[in-house]
Amino acid sequence: MSLYLFLTLAILTIISALAVVFSKNPMYSVLWLIVCFFTIAGHYVLLNAQFLAIVHLIVYAGAIMVLFLFVVMLLNLNADTEPHKSNLSKIASAIAAGLFFVVLIASIRATALGEFNLPNKTNIGFVEEVGKKLFTDFLLPFEISSVLFLSAMIGSVLLAKKEKK
Amino acid sequence: MDWALLLDKTILIVIIFAVSLGIAAYSTYGERKIAAFLQDRLGPDRAGPFGLLQPIADGVKMFTKEEIIPNASDKFLFIVGPCIFMMTALMTSAIIPWGKSFNFGGHEFGLQVADLNVGLLYLFAVVSIGGYGIMIGGWASNNKFALLGALRAASQMISYELAMGMSIVALLLINNSLSLREIVDGQAGDGNVWNVVRQPIGFLIFLICAFAECNRAPFDLPESESELIGGYHTEFSSMKLGLFLFAEYINMFISSAIIASLYFGGYHFPGIDSLDLPQNIAAIVSIAVLFAKILFFIFFFMWVRWTLPRFRYDQLMNLGWKILIPLSIVNVLVTGAWITFFK
Repeated sequence: MSLYLFLTLAILTIISALAVVFSKNPMYSVLWLIVCFFTIAGHYVLLNAQFLAIVHLIVYAGAIMVLFLFVVMLLNLNADTEPHKSNLSKIASAIAAGLFFVVLIASIRATALGEFNLPNKTNIGFVEEVGKKLFTDFLLPFEISSVLFLSAMIGSVLLAKKEKK
Repeated sequence: MDWALLLDKTILIVIIFAVSLGIAAYSTYGERKIAAFLQDRLGPDRAGPFGLLQPIADGVKMFTKEEIIPNASDKFLFIVGPCIFMMTALMTSAIIPWGKSFNFGGHEFGLQVADLNVGLLYLFAVVSIGGYGIMIGGWASNNKFALLGALRAASQMISYELAMGMSIVALLLINNSLSLREIVDGQAGDGNVWNVVRQPIGFLIFLICAFAECNRAPFDLPESESELIGGYHTEFSSMKLGLFLFAEYINMFISSAIIASLYFGGYHFPGIDSLDLPQNIAAIVSIAVLFAKILFFIFFFMWVRWTLPRFRYDQLMNLGWKILIPLSIVNVLVTGAWITFFK
């Protein structure tokens, strides 16, 4: 049962991820990316990490993609306003992407693909367990990342204030 | 997969959908009657006795009207937008516990589709996705008023989600659970009171944010007709407009159910256990109690709409960011301190 679910989700993930890249209209790219996030959340649920799945949906599919959509809506994107790229940058980007592809294939070949069993009936992904882990074993990284977020927030407020003057 | 479970859930889902749609339909009638009452008019009284067939007449009208899709619109997204809005409106009902479970000859029939242990977070995920329907619909119309309405809706939803989330965090600290059934059951029994007593400020914040998330007056800026014609649904006609309007009433119904469950004891009322009713009767009574609370809150939504004038957009943002969010953070701190020192 869960194998078929996984296969369906995996295929949907790949299709939607490809659609993000191949869509001509940036609006559709954003929407496909949202679909992609949904399927990834499905993978988390299959791994019994419900908290991660829901937070993934709230933060990525909910908040961040709304901002993406916002920006895409406000930009006037059509063929006339699209910046024309020179041949040099096209060649450079093709080489960079090709190199990245080689590295990716090499790393996949180097990984030993052994047997993988889904953790059965573990509570590892539940809110209580995640919370306990965060506030005992990973307290320092957790607090440091919160300071990072705080500084990002203050920074954005500062930028917004500067613009007014 | 257990077939009995599958059948149970299917029946329950069908019933909940039917009830949600029925209540939404009659909310439109209720809204017009209440508006009429508050403005000293009669309201709809032509179709059927007391105008009771008005929602059916409206439905037939919506279905049979001409379907117009603007030439310059993005046709696919133009159709998808209202569908997403309707779908997310109906999705939230999955986690609400509608009552105590029935017992048909030894077969337990629970009245909650899914008792998720991340129930409240699921609610937030669905609410945050709900904005897409409006945004997609508004953008696909290719109309500046629709786009402005969609942008307003999106920024309003993001802004008020934050304060809503913080008010729920305080609720969570008290109840120690994210599951809606456990939160409801934690408000009944000896020594437990409704959460509205324990979290009055949190309740107030949640209520205001619920109004904003539902795009109801006094926060109906996304469709304010005096400045934006019809806002995000300016270009929509026929049943696609119907879906947008209808989903708003379903949202109102579901948020009333959630307010009742989170802060007003859900399907419990003080002394329900001391009556010692047989299980099936108790289940029916609990459903009736929950629906009485829901209907009160739907009435409250309408009461506010026809009493208060609309906010200005900067006032809306000031209220959200400068008052509600700091207030909700203070509320979380006070609740945390109270639990640490007095419990």
